[in-house]
Amino acid sequence: MATDRYPEKQVCITGVGQSEVGRPASKTPLALTVDACLQAIADAGLTPDQIDGITTFPGPMSAPPGFSPVGATETMFACGLNPIWVGASTEGHAHMSAIISAIQAVASGLCRHVLVFRTLGQASVRAHARHSNLMGGEAGSRVHGGMAWAVPFNGLSASNIYGLYAQAYFKKYGATSEQLGAVAVNGRTMAALNPNAIYKTPITIDDYMASRMITDPLRLFDCDVPIDGSTAIIFSHRDAARDLPRAPIEIEAMGMSMSGQGIGFHQGDFTSLPADKAGEMMWSRTDLKPSDVDVAQIYDGFSIITLLWLEAIQLCKRGEAAAFVEGGSRIGRGGELPMNTSGGQLSAGRLHGYGHTHEACLQLFGKAGARQVPNAKVSVVVNGGFGYGALLLKRG
Amino acid sequence: MALDRPPPPSPAVRQLPAVEGDSAFFWTAGAQGRLLICRCLSCEHYIHPPLPRCPSCAGAVAPHPVSGKARVASYTINRQQWVQGLAVPYVFAAVELEEQPELYVLTNVTRCPVEDVYIGMPVEVCFEQQEEVFLPLFQPLGGQRGD
Repeated sequence: MATDRYPEKQVCITGVGQSEVGRPASKTPLALTVDACLQAIADAGLTPDQIDGITTFPGPMSAPPGFSPVGATETMFACGLNPIWVGASTEGHAHMSAIISAIQAVASGLCRHVLVFRTLGQASVRAHARHSNLMGGEAGSRVHGGMAWAVPFNGLSASNIYGLYAQAYFKKYGATSEQLGAVAVNGRTMAALNPNAIYKTPITIDDYMASRMITDPLRLFDCDVPIDGSTAIIFSHRDAARDLPRAPIEIEAMGMSMSGQGIGFHQGDFTSLPADKAGEMMWSRTDLKPSDVDVAQIYDGFSIITLLWLEAIQLCKRGEAAAFVEGGSRIGRGGELPMNTSGGQLSAGRLHGYGHTHEACLQLFGKAGARQVPNAKVSVVVNGGFGYGALLLKRG
Repeated sequence: MALDRPPPPSPAVRQLPAVEGDSAFFWTAGAQGRLLICRCLSCEHYIHPPLPRCPSCAGAVAPHPVSGKARVASYTINRQQWVQGLAVPYVFAAVELEEQPELYVLTNVTRCPVEDVYIGMPVEVCFEQQEEVFLPLFQPLGGQRGD
């Protein structure tokens, strides 16, 4: 199939929006969602009546508290939308699943302008439910499903799972805490120029090394920060974007994978993710090469995931990501691969993948303000810790 | 001669698994001192977590006793007290059962100092009972040496 027939080639990104991000925020999750969505619609040069599709990840959930407090249906009502197509994706390629669905809906002709959003309310619920971030649900209750393979052994946090990966990666490749810490230090350095970031005070590698150990070898600064906030992105058919005031961002390629991975279903030796297939798929659908990437937004729910993803998406060879990020100069704003330029989830807050996509769009629209990477034309975005999605975006 | 080893620790604060469906046997087999793992009756492939059929050959499956011997595939020393009463530090680990490559069980490595655990460490199953659940934990291999 000629690459111009791929569904993602029919679709582009026309607008983005992001609410206040807070710990906690000053508004309810639904109000934050409305802010992000209306901002994205206006940013695209559209009006709410032109939005004919809406979707979110993962859809409304009562537990864990604050993880996904807002669904597509209530957002549709609150924003005054009349969409033809409405979706949500509780399973699949994690954060990227709703984006992949939106691309499919637009490319297949079901709708022309899809609003995709992701809202989190994990900061405000923590004010009265301290352990809302844990995997097991309410204390005293029995654990069901996939979490039952980790939680009874007090694998209570996703950090415990990624502690296994970090420990095995360190042992196999001789990586060090100082190398891993460069991901966290970079996030903080970048966040200093992002007014919407949570943690804007820079840290040094010494600060990192002095930070509290959570689950060896992951320290406090290796873990992202729960927030209240919402992000929205408009995916439009390229034909419907022609009349809009601004050149849209092209979706050069997408990739996805889902494998025997997840809580309790581990493959390999805990030193790589089944995200490799997402990387192979993405690069198979474009003539661009990893060396063409100007700015990278690499998932950082935990810093070790960033290293694993850098290798999965072929920006580093296997086992070399730790040395690549060491010292931070290559991934800094003036480096060969500026990475997580918003601060990522480690410093800007856990917008759960959507912060990364939002930031890639700001960079390619040239709207990243003080943190703008000069002449950014190509950005890669990869999301997911249990289910994997990748986007290669290009300035239109 | 019993090896010097701390006595079995008090049962930890834990949220117990629902004992139900295709996985119920895993949580209760320790009552007979055995570790059971789902295995294909046709190709003898082990499957954990259990599934209702063999993903390799579509054969029927049944719980099958294994030796309980394993090696630590990876581990992490958890130091964060996530919930009230949780005793830290403790070792959360993935052990690879000796019967099959990449046959992993998530567990705790117990009955040794947390600093003694390493990737590749030989371990064997031991059980901690809470209510009707027998949690398969793992201890350094050789604890019964000399018995």
